[in-house]
This record gives sequence, C-alpha cells and structure tokens, in this order.
Amino acid sequence: MTTLAFDPSADPNLVRRRKIQNVAAASLGRRKVYSRIAIGICWVSLALAIVPLVAVIAYVVAKGLPAWNIDFFTQSTTPEGIPGGGVWNAIVGTVEIGVIATAVTVPIGLLCGLFLAESDGRIAESVRFTADVMTGMPSITIGIFGYIAIVRNTGGYSALAGAFAIGFIMLPVIMRAGETAIRGVPHQLSEAALALGARRATIARRVVVPAAMPGIITGVLLAVARGLGETAPLLLTIFGNQYLKWNPTKPIEALPLAIYNNSSQPYADLIQIAWGAALLLMVVVLVLSIGSRVLATVLQRERR
Amino acid sequence: MIDPIPAVPHLEEGAGPGTAEELPDPEPAGDPVMSLQGVTVAFAGRKAVRDVSFDVHVGEITALIGPSGSGKTTLLRALNRMHDTVRTASVTGTVLLDGTDIYAPTTDPTLLRSRVGMVFQRPNPFPTMSIYENAVAGLRFNGVRKKALLDEAAESALVAAVLWDSVRDRLNAHASTLSGGEQQRLCIARALAVEPEVLLMDEPTSALDPIATKRIEELVGELKHRVTIIIVTHNMQQAMRVSDRCAFLLMGEDKAGELIEFGSTAKLFSEPSDPRTLDYVNGRFG
Repeated sequence: MTTLAFDPSADPNLVRRRKIQNVAAASLGRRKVYSRIAIGICWVSLALAIVPLVAVIAYVVAKGLPAWNIDFFTQSTTPEGIPGGGVWNAIVGTVEIGVIATAVTVPIGLLCGLFLAESDGRIAESVRFTADVMTGMPSITIGIFGYIAIVRNTGGYSALAGAFAIGFIMLPVIMRAGETAIRGVPHQLSEAALALGARRATIARRVVVPAAMPGIITGVLLAVARGLGETAPLLLTIFGNQYLKWNPTKPIEALPLAIYNNSSQPYADLIQIAWGAALLLMVVVLVLSIGSRVLATVLQRERR
Repeated sequence: MIDPIPAVPHLEEGAGPGTAEELPDPEPAGDPVMSLQGVTVAFAGRKAVRDVSFDVHVGEITALIGPSGSGKTTLLRALNRMHDTVRTASVTGTVLLDGTDIYAPTTDPTLLRSRVGMVFQRPNPFPTMSIYENAVAGLRFNGVRKKALLDEAAESALVAAVLWDSVRDRLNAHASTLSGGEQQRLCIARALAVEPEVLLMDEPTSALDPIATKRIEELVGELKHRVTIIIVTHNMQQAMRVSDRCAFLLMGEDKAGELIEFGSTAKLFSEPSDPRTLDYVNGRFG
C-alpha cells in the first residue's frame, strides 16, 4: 500500500469533484427520461404538422386523379349536365396571367431588389417596409385594388387586370428574394471589381448579379408559385369564363377560379372538375417549389 | 483629366540590401511615383491612421509593417480610394500619383483604380467566370472589347503571375478549380492585366500555406520591374525578403496608427533610428 502524500478528502476541489460526479451519476436515469420525453414531444409536433399536409395532398390526389383524362386537359368547361368538359380554358388563363405577371414583375422586382441591396438610405428603408407590408396584405384587398384601378378604368374584367393583381402579389416577394440573394454575394467580390476600375453598374451587372443568380431564380420561381395559387385577386379582376379565350383583354378563366366556382355548384361533374383542377394547381405549385430548390442546388454545385 | 502615363524608366539592380557597416539608405533619383503627404484616415470622426508621409519610388517594393491595429490596411486602401464606398470614412492630406492629387475633385476614382490596382488578403476570383474571363475582367470593366488585345493582355498577365503554363490548356475552366495559391496568382494576374502603375497588396499570403506563400513572394520580387508595389504584411521576414523600403506603423495613444519610421529595409531591420522599431523588428512585441 502506498501512502498518499496528502489526504484527498481534505482537498476542497477533489471533494467537490466527487460530489458533482455522484450527483451526475445519480440523476442520469431521470435526465435520460426527460430527454426521451422532450424528443418525443418534438416527434409528436412534427407529426401534427405533417399529417394534415400529407392528408391534404393524398385527399386531393385521390379525389382529383379520377377527373384527369384527355378531355380534362383539352376541353373547356361544359355547362352542368353535359358530360365531358375540362379546364383547358382555365389552364390557358392561368398560363397567360402567369406569363404576363412574371414578364412585368421580374425585371421591376429584381431592379428594386438590387436597389435595396445596394442602398441603406431612407428611401430604401421605406421601400423595404412597404414591400414587407405588401407581402402580408390580405390578397382580397389587392383584388379590390385591381378592380378599382384596372377593371373600372378599362371598362371590364380581363386577363390583364388579373395579371396586374397577381403581379402585385409577386412583386414584393421577388424584391425581397432578389435583395436577399444579392446581399448574400460576398463583399470581397465587389471590392475586387472596384479595385479593377469597375463602375457601380458594371459591378452589379457583371459580378454581383451573376453570383446571386441561383438565389434569384429560386426567389422568382417561388413568387410565381405563390402568384398562381391566389384566388381572391382573380375573383375581382378576371371574372371567370366558361369558354376558351386567348385575348388577354377579355374576361378569362383561371385554375383557382375554376376550383372556387365549380366546387360550389350542386352538380357532381362540376365538383369533379374542381377536384381535378385543385390537383393540377397543386402539382404546378409543387413542381415550381421543388424545381426551384433543385435548380438552386445544381447551379450552386456547378460553381464549385 | 488624368495626366498621361509617363514611361517607366528601366531600372538597374542597385538598391539592394547592403552590409551592416554602410547601411545604404539612398534617396532614389527622380520624382516618386506616389507621394503621401500628411495622410489621415478617419471613420466616423475617429482617426485610424494619422499624418503619414512618405514617398514611393518607381520599380521599388515598399512594405507597410506593424502590429495589428496599426492602420496598415487602412492606409493602403486610401491609396486607391477604396474608402470611397464607406460612407463614414474620410481621408485628409494629399496622395499624389505622378504628381496629381488622387483626391482632387477632377480625379475620377474608377480611372484611378485602373492605374492603382489591388490584391486582397484572401484570393477572390470571380466565381461565375472562367480563368480567362477572370484574367481579362478588369479590361472588360474598363471597356476593352478587342479580342486580340484581351488575349494578349491575358497571356502576358498570366505569364507574369507564373500561372500561364499550368492554365493555358484550361483557360475556360472555372476559377474555383484552382488551388488557393493559384487563385491568388490569378488575382495578381487579373490586377496586372489592366497594366497598373502601382499595385497595392494587402497581406496577399495571409490565407496561403508556406509553399504557396514562398511562390507568391518570389513572384512579387519578379514583378517589381513591371509595376511599383506597396505591400502590407505583418510578417517581418516577408517584409525583409521582398521589400526595398519599409514603413513601420504603430498604434498611437488614441488608437490611431502613426508612421514611426520609414527607410530602406536594410537600415530599418538592422539599425533603425527609433527604439520602437528595434523592439518590433526584434520581435519584442506585436
């Protein structure tokens, strides 16, 4: 037996260490249980959040898929009681509104986003605030605005009025997404360009915006997905049309409106059409959302 | 308007480090290419560098040395007006480039920056551009469109940056496929392609490994016949190896950097006139 040079029970640090270790060992079982419970609560919350989502998707697929056939995609809606009929008129309308709204809002939104990213002044601050307020604005108010500003002044409902309203939904989303993407570009890159004798616009066009492109594309696709799903602004601007119309100055049908109008009819075949349209709209929005992420990942990887 | 660019006189190897007995500290003949006269840089009224004056001569490498916080980088960035983008920054005093005040209202900062290039601490090639596009980026920014001129300048700059042989077959590859040291040499080539009169280097090897650092140092030594270099470094051995002349800065009482001593590298490192310089070069602080 060796004799210790000092008595360990007298060293306050060692005494404390032993106490702490005893407490840690004694409480281990209790702490494990707590940890399990906490993780369990997280799983339950996750399930609560995901179940409705999956249920909605499954239900829409189950109800909507039977409506899908050749006629559904190629025929316009027929009046109740007449068999056949589809949502071709609504598809055309949604694409038309989507294309016009995107074509107008993307350049404006991205240039605003660039301004917001490059400027910290008072103007930028108020524009940013306005954009955030617009993002949170109830979409029916934007419908009313579209009605007053365009429908009343042009003498009628039209796809253009719908594109105007949808554009107002998309614009703040694109602005803020563009700003975020551009702000994410490392400052060192614009400094490098500055030191080479580039002017501000050149730096933005040739260095910053190209570097921000993955984020910009993601933001635009998400904004389009958001815009295409809106119903309320369309109610007051395009009115709806059972017949196929290409002319953007005329009342036109759109998928959200086809869902809204047909689902409230007391006829099984129209309700069936509404389910089909709901499934189609859901698929379009999902493809845009997932596609934007895939594209962003691919573009980001290409850069490495 | 900026004065026409004067021809760079051909330089003789002469002002190298001398022996301990003579300690040459010659004033080179001719006008300095760059002259700092009482340069003070402040951010939001707080001085970061105060009252710095020295001359930079054609074909020489001038090193700015000193501990962290002594304002080396701040001072360097004042020499091509990089502080212009910082709203709170103000530069007072005079910086002459070939006798013209770079802060004069008639001086265009973007034209100035194409005459006074810069290489940064971390390699920052443009990630969306190929190696070739990076090399000619500065020329394109400055409005050069002729393919022949772009090609010629790109090759010349890449050769000068000792990168040509390893990238000539993959000029269209992304710049991000290069190693860190190669990326930094690409950044040097990118700056050289614009044919600046002065090249500012802000700790260009601080993000590189020792081998890449050695190659950049050798490169810097070779480049001085092409461009006048001002290099910031906190590595005293590096300053001793590459520079002809040194400016030693130190943080003063009020946290503003001050120029303690300026002279030939040989003299500054072996027989400085200020005791603080001696302490610093002997590694007693900083």
